[in-house]
Amino acid sequence: MGNSQTKIRVLIAKAGLDGHDRGAKVVARALRDAGMEVIYTGLRQTPEMITEAALQEDVQVVGLSILSGAHMTLVPKVIKMLQKQGLTDVKLFLGGIIPDEDKSELTKLGVDGIFGPGTSTQLIIKDIRKACQ
Amino acid sequence: MTRTQAVLNGERLALTRTLSQVENNTPEGNQILEELFPHTGNAHLIGVTGAPGTGKSTLVNQLAFDYRHPPEGTKLPTVAIVAIDPSSPFSGGALLGDRVRMQDLAGDPGVFVRSMASRGSLGGLASTTAGLVQVFDAAGFDIILIETVGAGQAEVEIASLAHTTIVVEAPGLGDEIQTFKAGILEIADILVVNKADKPGADNALRALRNMLSLTQPEKNVVMHHGKMMSTEEAPAGDAEPDQEWVPPVLPTTATTGDGVAELIEQIAAHQQHLKTSGGWILREQARLKNEVGNLLQEALHQRWNSSIPPADYEKVLDQVVSRQISPRRAVDKLIKGAGL
Repeated sequence: MGNSQTKIRVLIAKAGLDGHDRGAKVVARALRDAGMEVIYTGLRQTPEMITEAALQEDVQVVGLSILSGAHMTLVPKVIKMLQKQGLTDVKLFLGGIIPDEDKSELTKLGVDGIFGPGTSTQLIIKDIRKACQ
Repeated sequence: MTRTQAVLNGERLALTRTLSQVENNTPEGNQILEELFPHTGNAHLIGVTGAPGTGKSTLVNQLAFDYRHPPEGTKLPTVAIVAIDPSSPFSGGALLGDRVRMQDLAGDPGVFVRSMASRGSLGGLASTTAGLVQVFDAAGFDIILIETVGAGQAEVEIASLAHTTIVVEAPGLGDEIQTFKAGILEIADILVVNKADKPGADNALRALRNMLSLTQPEKNVVMHHGKMMSTEEAPAGDAEPDQEWVPPVLPTTATTGDGVAELIEQIAAHQQHLKTSGGWILREQARLKNEVGNLLQEALHQRWNSSIPPADYEKVLDQVVSRQISPRRAVDKLIKGAGL
């Protein structure tokens, strides 16, 4: 070693109460194969748990998968708590079912990208790499 | 306030950023490590290793949970966890999934969980794991649980890092012959058969205890037709048998917490044993020697690497590939650097 090496670290979390984690797992696997270090937290994560994990793991990116429809409640909470912890430089990406009419408000709140059903993993990888430059 | 001071004060943002710097082996990270080093040496470092799927993460979760919920009137320790999972040899990426099993610890400010990818190291740890452990130690964590990559038979590096090494087995992983093999079982200070509620747990416990009764003959306990039998006292003048730590073999069911209280008792007993027998200091010495050795090796390799033009290196490799010279001769040439 002796060389310093930096990897993109990503937290993938299922926020809220829905149990559909296939999408989150597909994305986690794709990011792993793109050379990133993916911390997978599993199901039913509260905003508190997500923020705490993001802090302890010092990730550059948080990816939230939400299919329950609770994104307008959960996402603002996560953003507020990340800021409170001083994690203002962490990028936040959403996946799952996010209706078009909510997207502009979420972007305004500080969400860096929203990936709906059918998004290619290549696009997700590209956007994450770009956000971490 | 400097980053170092913030870490010493237990500030979590400074701590997590420092852990990354150390993990990435940056000059800033190494500088902070330098400043933190005098503040290390207080934590009890506990290694947890074993084959994939034996329940290491769940056991670590339960251990940390029990440490954080001690019997009334006893000290409440803070707990750091370093959990290592493998990096892909192809993409260099990793899926770090140990947190999935550690949900019970969420929301406890006295616990800090950090996942690490092995980044190409083969001994069950990452090359900067020792550095991360030092940061946690300096930050004042009383107990540091280090969970290795799922280990096969020979990933024994954890034994040179931890004060107490727990080797986790599960029922159905092999017959008695497996217990005779050299390697991972030899480094155990405590042996755990996890998933003790599963069929075959009794067999696994018996096989491990048998193995120990063969390697610890000075204890004068033998198994005969499945019964424990003690022979005569050892003749006086033998090397103080009381000084010898015989690894206990414990059943646990990490998912329910059964047996974990006994495991914590044995961990404390082992720490006590190390401190009274002088083993604590010996292990500290061995650990630091080992770390210096590893760093020296890296530095020498680095220095050599930067001293030789890549084209020369390629030329010698080509000679080996075309069978003109042997690999040993190639190394000779590369080290001497002359006559390429």
